[in-house]
Amino acid sequence: MRTFKRETSFLLIVLAAAVVLLASAVTGGAAAVPASTLSQPKTEETKPGPDGFIRRWLVLEPIPATGLTDSIVQAAVKKGSFVTEVSAVPRDGENVNVEGAQLTWHAVDTSNYNVNLFHFARSLDKNTSNVLFWVVTVVHAPREMRDVRLAIGSNAASVWWVNGQEEIGIYGDRQAVIDDGVSKRLTLKKGPNVIRAAVVNGGGATDFCARILDASDKPLTDIVVNLRP
Amino acid sequence: MKHTLLALVWGSASLALALDGDVGIHDPSTVVVAGGKFYTYGTGGTSLVSEDGWTWRKGTTLPLRQLAPDVIHIGDRYYLYTAANSGQTKADVSMIWTKSLDPGSPDFKWSEPVVVASSDGIEDANAIDPGIFLDPTDGRLWLTYGSYFGHIRLVEMDPKTGKRLHPNEPPLNIAINSEASIMIYHDGWYYLLVTHGSCCRGADSGYNIRVGRSKKVTGPFVDNIGVDMIQGGGKLFVGSSGRAIGPGHFGLLDLGDGVQKFSLHYEADLDRGGASVLDLRPLLWRDGWPVAGDNAKEGTYQIESLRTGTVLELAVEGVPVGGRRTGRGGGFAGTGGVIPAQDPATVSNAWPKGNLDTRMGNYMSQAQQKWTITPVSGGGGYPGSPYFKITIAGTDRTLAATTEAELVVVPAFNGTPEQLWRLDQLYDGSWRIMPKSASGSEGPLSLSAVGSSFATLAKFDPASEKQRWILKIP
Repeated sequence: MRTFKRETSFLLIVLAAAVVLLASAVTGGAAAVPASTLSQPKTEETKPGPDGFIRRWLVLEPIPATGLTDSIVQAAVKKGSFVTEVSAVPRDGENVNVEGAQLTWHAVDTSNYNVNLFHFARSLDKNTSNVLFWVVTVVHAPREMRDVRLAIGSNAASVWWVNGQEEIGIYGDRQAVIDDGVSKRLTLKKGPNVIRAAVVNGGGATDFCARILDASDKPLTDIVVNLRP
Repeated sequence: MKHTLLALVWGSASLALALDGDVGIHDPSTVVVAGGKFYTYGTGGTSLVSEDGWTWRKGTTLPLRQLAPDVIHIGDRYYLYTAANSGQTKADVSMIWTKSLDPGSPDFKWSEPVVVASSDGIEDANAIDPGIFLDPTDGRLWLTYGSYFGHIRLVEMDPKTGKRLHPNEPPLNIAINSEASIMIYHDGWYYLLVTHGSCCRGADSGYNIRVGRSKKVTGPFVDNIGVDMIQGGGKLFVGSSGRAIGPGHFGLLDLGDGVQKFSLHYEADLDRGGASVLDLRPLLWRDGWPVAGDNAKEGTYQIESLRTGTVLELAVEGVPVGGRRTGRGGGFAGTGGVIPAQDPATVSNAWPKGNLDTRMGNYMSQAQQKWTITPVSGGGGYPGSPYFKITIAGTDRTLAATTEAELVVVPAFNGTPEQLWRLDQLYDGSWRIMPKSASGSEGPLSLSAVGSSFATLAKFDPASEKQRWILKIP
């Protein structure tokens, strides 16, 4: 009898945990947890550190999206008005309507080399699994820079545009690995250059990192990052 | 060379194991590059010349029709050492030099021969098979010589004249019971390469190349199990394999950028009627010892980056081998049978037409990840190999270089230089993969894993793993 009670109690605890997890999966986190690696920008502009990672981004609240294959991700990024706005730059706090949902753009600085989208979504009590995040930043080049490459890593699939031109697509369930996806050689024009990406997560953690490599594959550091075109 | 001149009838020069064209030679010298051409000299004063190191033709005969020459380029001179027996072990090594190896050049004129080493027919030495070595650490020049009857000997030469530096000093014995000796230097060690076994008996020749090493140019040269070469030691460097019998007469061909090849002859190429032929093969290094590499062979491979572990693939959506399996426990039980390899003819129907990008990904045994490497007849070559085309296995889709020094896969092969690929095996067994040309580029480019999921073309950097690739059989 005592054994039965103990087993019953254990079963109830497991069931309760399952209900909490299920609710979390359906409606977002059980409770918003502050994003320890992200903060609101406090300066007009910033520069990459010696490792070249771009640490200031605008991130749109997540959009439901399921599937990580090439065709599914490509179909997801072509949905809505974003196809024609890939070089547009939103404002911090700007709301957009995506398939009937009001979503907000948030400006963030990351304290790490990567932007932790799991932290971002959880801090807003949003879903972290089966979602698509749009992210945008603007890098200001002091001069025309030829033969540079955008180099990114993402968890999971992602598609990247520079000044409206699709440059990188990596697909499948994957971890964010530095310089995983690398573009062909491209030219940054003098002044603002808009980098936009869609990161699609299946389940679990989700993040991305991005930097620009020079013609010798060294990180570019003499650029300025702000969120104005 | 145990015997004097051979009257060899060379076999036909069809594409076979070793090089292309007229490659018949015995006891070839070290291959030297002069004026953009490759030259080697053999027993009987024969010579071979090549524009690219792949297709060879007969060259001008030497003024001395002797045994087993060796040649070296120092300053504005090419010094050639060769030998002749006047008795069983009575022999002289002679030196001649010229400022050009090209018979069309006004500088092409061989000097009168000078004897630089001898054996008197009584001493335990046979002064033939010279090998000349310029020490890169101090610029001193050394000659090794000898053949079976006693010792391999070492004497110092004058790099300014090519002559013996101290003719009255006795030579130093450094090995025994071998021939075709030559020295090379690598990473703090001097390596003495010699040939063991018998020559000149076609497919019955037991020739094989062996090596010992020393911290000093004067020895002792000891093999991998601690046996001094003066006591018959020598680690096997290369022996007979496949249809190539009796390798002998090592010569180093350093192409720069850490790419090394070696010249040799096979006593019998079974695909060329058992004739003695020249070959050039990659020189590899493992645990401080030279290793004979292999030139690229036709076949289907996965092309894996040494840097990232990911493989080059056509940028199309992959289909899991055996189809997608979903649902509860779908991946655990399997199908209960053998899942056949993906049929590229079927899978490729879903691929977009026209030019496609490449990318890199984890190997999943999918059709877009398997590449067939095929030698291209008439496409020219490079030291040791013809150029290859690289196609997705089972399709005509062909890897090519773009004018922007990137990669593209075109629908079909058309033989342009952008679609011809050079594969050089590097010191660690990995491969450098280079297009024959990429228009618009300032210099040679090689396949480069700039990211885990992306490859490009970039200048070869021997210190980087970016441009080193592993060819695996899927």
